[in-house]
Amino acid sequence: MTQGGTTQPMEPSTAAPTSSGEPLVVVQDLVKYYPIFSGLFKRHIGDVRAVDGVSFVINKGEVFGLVGESGCGKSTLGRTLLRLLPQTSGSATISGEDIFAKRGKDLKQLRRRMQIIFQDPVGSLNPRMPVSDIIGEGLLAQADGTNQWKNRKTRDERVGEYLEVVGLRRDYARRYPHEFSGGQRQRIGIARALALSPDFVVCDEPVSALDVSIQSQILNLLLDLRREFGLTYLFIAHNLSVVQYISDRVGVMYLGKIAEMAPVERLYADPRHPYTVALLSAIPDADPRRRKRRLVLKGDVPSPANPPSGCRFHTRCWLRTQLGDPEICSTEEPALRDLGGEQFTACHFAERINPELIKVAAAGQSLVDTSDASDDAEPVSAAAPSA
Amino acid sequence: MTVTLDRPASDAPPRADILLDVQDLRTYFHVMDGTVKAVDGVSFSVRRGETLGVVGESGCGKSVTALTIMRLLDIPPAEIASGRILLEGKDILRLPEEQMRHLRGNEIAMIFQEPMSSLNPVFTVGNQISEAVELHLKVKHKEAVERSIEALRLVGIAYPERRIKQYPHELSGGQRQRVMIAMALSCEPKLLIADEPTTALDVTIQAQILELIRSIQQKTGTALMLITHDLGVVAEMVNDVVVMYAGRVVEHGTVDEVLLQPKHPYTEGLLASIPSKGMRGQRLNVIKGAVPNPFNMPKGCNFSPRCPYQFEPCLDLDPHVDEGGGPAAACWLWKQAPGYSIPARLHEAQVRAALRAAEASQVEVSPVLAVEAAEE
Repeated sequence: MTQGGTTQPMEPSTAAPTSSGEPLVVVQDLVKYYPIFSGLFKRHIGDVRAVDGVSFVINKGEVFGLVGESGCGKSTLGRTLLRLLPQTSGSATISGEDIFAKRGKDLKQLRRRMQIIFQDPVGSLNPRMPVSDIIGEGLLAQADGTNQWKNRKTRDERVGEYLEVVGLRRDYARRYPHEFSGGQRQRIGIARALALSPDFVVCDEPVSALDVSIQSQILNLLLDLRREFGLTYLFIAHNLSVVQYISDRVGVMYLGKIAEMAPVERLYADPRHPYTVALLSAIPDADPRRRKRRLVLKGDVPSPANPPSGCRFHTRCWLRTQLGDPEICSTEEPALRDLGGEQFTACHFAERINPELIKVAAAGQSLVDTSDASDDAEPVSAAAPSA
Repeated sequence: MTVTLDRPASDAPPRADILLDVQDLRTYFHVMDGTVKAVDGVSFSVRRGETLGVVGESGCGKSVTALTIMRLLDIPPAEIASGRILLEGKDILRLPEEQMRHLRGNEIAMIFQEPMSSLNPVFTVGNQISEAVELHLKVKHKEAVERSIEALRLVGIAYPERRIKQYPHELSGGQRQRVMIAMALSCEPKLLIADEPTTALDVTIQAQILELIRSIQQKTGTALMLITHDLGVVAEMVNDVVVMYAGRVVEHGTVDEVLLQPKHPYTEGLLASIPSKGMRGQRLNVIKGAVPNPFNMPKGCNFSPRCPYQFEPCLDLDPHVDEGGGPAAACWLWKQAPGYSIPARLHEAQVRAALRAAEASQVEVSPVLAVEAAEE
């Protein structure tokens, strides 16, 4: 990523003008590898490069959306940021404090500020705990001289408070997770995240497991809570319509790297990375009048253990095909460069994207899965321990 | 319980263009806590070579309907309480198991949601496809293998000769779903039932699979029953739509009718709760409450506790979708004022006005409503 050298330095923090306030979370060159051990002596033979040099800024009070296909590293990124996973290298700060440098007591203090809402409302709640313990556990762990959370009564009081905040009844605290529907469980998960009054919340696919009508309830709730408590979200999802609805700015990830990053209106109206174009084109639209010829990407995401040379997207890139396979795509890794207006792209030929070209590409595609039978024996899903 | 509007079980000869005709199907599950009416009086039909979309949220009975058609449910605890499933005029619910086994795969095939758990991990992909081919088409092993390779090629898998020797875990999610489709299509069925075929896949892979299903359908003329909760997929793939809620069909019609002019408040609510362009900054529409408890269904209209337009007849009388040409909805509002589609936000006053208008134009009004209108 350093050799790109085309235009700007790739670190967006300087370039991103903050419209609505100061940066809260600043991530620079974050790297997270999962080592692969193999053989009799479990030698280290390589790494799954789940997150491979990612930099971005999340402003205070903002919803930063992170999209990409499964295995692109978006969940790993969120968890590394919260120190649920150790980072390999890079830095991240919250309000200027180094997230990765904290130890012991300081780390515990930090954890209060950063919470997570998980995707699976069933798997993320302990079936043997009543709701009061599920939500109260975090409070108990954080109990100290400054609060009364050691005391069961004050703890339960706060649990009840937060159940009401997420739209549940106070007396639900005595119940167990199996007594709730999927949407209610997700509300419990949200209450658990909020009970410690965090200012930064990672939402890891919070609505993917829910039905459409319930999904809208939870999205409304998340936006209400942001307003009420002044929260900042890192919103991870693969559903582009949901991300478009909720986010202020969006980063598109592909194979551990950010392919494009822009304010939401801009990204959806004028995508400047061929991968973003393909993702947007793939969304099925519920309005039958807008049926379109879709741009279908060939093959699957390559293995992050062995990413393609040069631009990681070049093996599936329709733009490269349209431009007659320029050599630079497979030899030189494009840096994330500034296109102005807070839009960043990691494509050598971003300026060449236009509607006409997209139409031509969509018309000329074949449906054959061209991935080679020999080299991708290890599918992404198996290689990336996405947890 | 069900009032008047049920059509009588027709004994008319089947229409030639109808491949599958499901009539008043009821599938119940007898469990410890009582009886779950998972499918409760569902009727629809699939035309030859066309695609029918079955839409609904989890627990609405759409998958149970599919499994009933395939006769893959364990009886007991399941019970098919009533109904007929006519495939080209013959009732497959009456077929002996042996004939049904012949039919399955040969004439009706099914693709499941989870490509990983529906493939056997200890057999190669080729083994699993050729097993079906050998069984159903009564061909030699060698020919079956050749057919398997052909089927894999049809679903766009590169190097099928090499792929058939691989195991499911060696394939990616999209490739596995392609294998499932190849297996389902290997015996050239007349009807393909796809139960959420792309739900477990990424959006780019989903686009691949949908394009694939569509192109194969054009090539082979297979009819498709596509079960999904994704209205976007429906809009792109199907000709006709059936919307299910709590074991019932609440609305049916062509895709344009249902998606552009929803008649049932549930369909309207579903469409409105999808976040879309231009919704930013606004609150999303919400269907209040949750799906009713299957052991304790509301009286009258199943949807009435969640319905924003609910009025008196909804609480006592069960509206039932009536078959017979054109779009229809199981909704008293729609029934009282046919041709009246629900605008974005309808006030109760407007409902009454609509009803009065319907009355003025000599449309039959139920006694309940007639009384009510008189009171005003």
